[in-house]
Formats: sequence, C-alpha cells, structure tokens
Amino acid sequence: MAVSVRNLSKNYNHQKAVDNISFEVKKGEILGFLGPNGAGKSTTMKMLTCFLPPSKGTATVSGLDIVQHPLEVQQKIGYLPENNPLYYEMYVKEFLDFAARINNIIPNAIDKRIKEVVDLVGLNVEQHKKIGQLSKGYKQRVGLAQALIHNPEVLILDEPTSGLDPNQLSDIRNLIKELGKEKTIIFSTHIMQEVQAVCDRVIIINKGKIVADDKPDNLQNVLSNEVLVEVEFLNEVAKEALQNISVIHQVNALASNHFILHGKDSLQIRKAIFDFAVSNNNPLLTVKQETKSLEAIFHQLTQKK
Amino acid sequence: MKAILRKEINLLFSSLIAYISMAVFFVVLALNLFVFQGNILDSNYATLDTFFTLTPWILIFLIPAITMRTFADEKQTGTIEFLTTKPVSDLQIVIGKYLAALFLWTFTFIPTLIYFIAVKKLSLSEAPIDSGATYGSYIGLYFLGAVFVAIGIFASSITNNQIVAFLVGVFLCYLMYDAFFRISSLTIFQGQLDYFIQSIGLNAHYDSISRGVVDTRDILYFLSVISLFIIGTRTALESRKW
Repeated sequence: MAVSVRNLSKNYNHQKAVDNISFEVKKGEILGFLGPNGAGKSTTMKMLTCFLPPSKGTATVSGLDIVQHPLEVQQKIGYLPENNPLYYEMYVKEFLDFAARINNIIPNAIDKRIKEVVDLVGLNVEQHKKIGQLSKGYKQRVGLAQALIHNPEVLILDEPTSGLDPNQLSDIRNLIKELGKEKTIIFSTHIMQEVQAVCDRVIIINKGKIVADDKPDNLQNVLSNEVLVEVEFLNEVAKEALQNISVIHQVNALASNHFILHGKDSLQIRKAIFDFAVSNNNPLLTVKQETKSLEAIFHQLTQKK
Repeated sequence: MKAILRKEINLLFSSLIAYISMAVFFVVLALNLFVFQGNILDSNYATLDTFFTLTPWILIFLIPAITMRTFADEKQTGTIEFLTTKPVSDLQIVIGKYLAALFLWTFTFIPTLIYFIAVKKLSLSEAPIDSGATYGSYIGLYFLGAVFVAIGIFASSITNNQIVAFLVGVFLCYLMYDAFFRISSLTIFQGQLDYFIQSIGLNAHYDSISRGVVDTRDILYFLSVISLFIIGTRTALESRKW
C-alpha cells in the first residue's frame, strides 16, 4: 500500500475536524477526495504531509509512519498545499532550484531535473519570469513542478484546480491523469466532473467522516436507488395515463409528448412503456435510461443529517 | 538548512532590504561620528566611544526591521506550509533563517572597522587609541547584533503581521538592552538584587567586554541568549501542532 490511514482523528479544541477515518490507497491509484468545504479534506492532507500531528490514530506513507518518521515521509511526498502558496518575488527557476535543494537533490542533478519538470508541467514559455507575474494557471503549474521536483512516490494535491479557467482546468486534469500512470495521487476537489474524469477511486467525506468510498461508476449505481427514463412519443400523451402505470412512481413532463419517468426498476419501466406505446398505437421516438449524476449523489450523501 | 540559508540570503540581497538597511546604518553613523555637533573631529580625542554607545540604539530599530518579515511574511502568504512540509526539521528552518540574517549583520558590521582605522590615522600621538578596549567593544557589538537578530526572528515567529513583528522586536531588544539596567537602578532593588537584575540585561555584558577584557562568561551569556531565542522561535513555529 502506498498510503494507509488507520483511525485517523483530528480535534480542534472541541470540534472534530477529522473523525476516525481509515482508508488505503494502492500504488499507482488516483484517489479523489471529495467533500463540501470544511469537511476535513485539507486537515487530512495536512496530517499526511506531517504539517499537523493527528490527535488520534496514524497513517503510513510507503510503509513509513507519519508520526515517527516525518522527515522520511516528507521526502517521499510531493505536496501542493491549498491556495498554492509560492514566493512571488522569486523567479520560476530560482524557486525550483530552492525546491530541489530543500528536497535534498544532489547539486549536480538539479539543473537536469528542473528542465525535466519544466517540460513535464509545460512551463517552458514562462520559465524566465518572476512567479508573481504569472497567470493563475501557470502559478498552479509551478506549484505542481515544485511538488514533482524530487520525483516523489506519492503526490498529495489540495484543490489543484480551484480558480482555473476551463482550458487551464482540462490541462491540469490531463497532467494529473498523466502523472497518475506512475505515481500514487491523492487530490481533493469539490468539482464532481473532475472526479469522473480523473479518478480511479473516490472517497466522499463529510463532517470529518467517510460517507462513501468506491469507484466513481459504482458509486452512481449503488447509491442511486431511483432510475430515470426519458421517453418521447410521436403523438401527445396524457400525463395521467403514464402515472397510472404501476411501476412508474413519478412523471415529469418536458413537453406534451416528452417525459422523464422516475421508478425503481429500469427494465420494467421500459417494458411497460413499450407495451403502452403499442396498445395506444403511439410510436416511441426515444427511450433513454438516465443515471443520476455524481452531483446528485454528492448532495444526497453530504446533506442528510 | 543550507538551502534555506541560500534562499534567505538571495532574498535579502535581491530585494532592497539589505542595501537600504546598510545605507541607513552608515549614513546615520557617519553623520553622528563626523558631522553633527559633538563629533570625533571636534572633540579632539582619538576614541570611538560615540560609535559604541550610539550603534546599539540604531540596531534596536534596524535589526527588527530587517528580520520582521522572516516568519511573519511566510505565515501571511502561507508559504510556511510549503517550508514545513519539506524534509527539513523546524529547527533547521529557524537556524537557516537566523544564519542568513546574521550574515547580513556581519556584512554590515565589518565595514565599520574603517572607523577604527580612520580615527587611528587621524590621530597625532604615538599610541593614538586604546586598541584593547576598542577590539573588545567591537567583539561586544558584534555579539549584541547577533542577539538582536535572534530576538528579531523570534518576534517575527509569533505573529503573521510584519508591523507587529517589528514593534515587538524593538520592544524586546530595548528590554534586553536597556530596561534591565534601568530597573536595577530603582531604589527598591538597591544593594540586594541590583547586580543580578543588571546581569540579566545585555548592557552589563556589553560594557564588560568593552573594557577590553573578553570574559568567557560574557561570551557564554550572549550565546545562551541567542540559543534561548532560537529555541523560542522553534517553539512558536511548532505551536501549530498544539
């Protein structure tokens, strides 16, 4: 296991920021850490990077305990903190040189390594500027370059895509995906599409507790106990006629011949609709099963009391 | 630690901090020593007493100004999280930053030896200047600056506001340099605790070295105060973990 968290808790005074969470991340896995603001995502990451000590429990990174061997753990982790703090008055290369030295890279190898990460994160054009002069997207790349400089086994990225425009967003996501081929990545976000697009696995955390831990696809299937079927007929249909079909629980009309049907069993609904169309001599134009979006699942999981 | 030392020195010298603080230091000193009323040339004595009494008071303001951003700025911008999650210990971070500021103080201090040479050359007599006392005073002054650097960095570590760091730094420097001496001369302490209280302050030890006797007890005292404030800084840095 690249990262293994056991019964980790963190209390701030009387408030439980992280409450007894356990999970494991396999080598080469991309784990999405999802949750509303204040759920405990950042606190968990700060404990994994040895910035804060846990109140209870512990974790290991590449087999090393975060409480007993903080410096060795930090050597194995590349960390992009929330809001990406950087030294704005430093030049990009100067900063990466500092990051390389503080990560104990041997001086002879530094220049070569800086060149590699600059290429990897796509900083070529901007590498001679001061960090403060860069756009937010490029600052984010500098933050990633810094986290990658010592070729760490585990990358921990705290909201790496927040505040980026759509182009920058997809660039950074592709980069994370690319990096995930070799490294173990834990990254936090509150954007659902990102999890669907990038992650192998997702953990949803709310009020310090893990409320879901699964593959993004499974999460959709398991947690949505309701299926939606979109149907379109050639001719008009009375809404009441559809509501009378027993397997359909609810009908939302989009147009006089176009409906969204809610129910439990997609197969039975589709069969009933087909029978209904035949018996009314009203040809079906569309029958489409819709899955509940991760967004809806997220709401469902994080808003219940 | 070397990485931090390097980065901090680069920062001091690539920004204007180093140059402005050095310029302020030399201009104020030169005006007081050679231009304003009561200067060395008018007094007709080959002595640097003015220099050694004035400089500590300049340093009380100058050194906290140089060190105020050390930790306060890192806390303000969040880069402290970047630093402390790298494979360096908190003590290494503190010492790296201390040595960088000490380097700047050393860099500022060394050119003041010119005053010694100047006064020596200007003098007409054969044994122009009390060399022993002057060397002692220089050593005392260097340690005094080194203590102020430690105090300034400590002040910076307890806040994320640079102005607060500066004011606290000035206050602590003043307290350590002059206040203990003043307190000791209050009548209630007369004859009992006055010597003890006086010896807590920097002034007593600075004066002692200035007489030209480099006593290991005084050196030990300076080194202890420096260590104390460095450990205090580390404690402040670790307070995030409480």
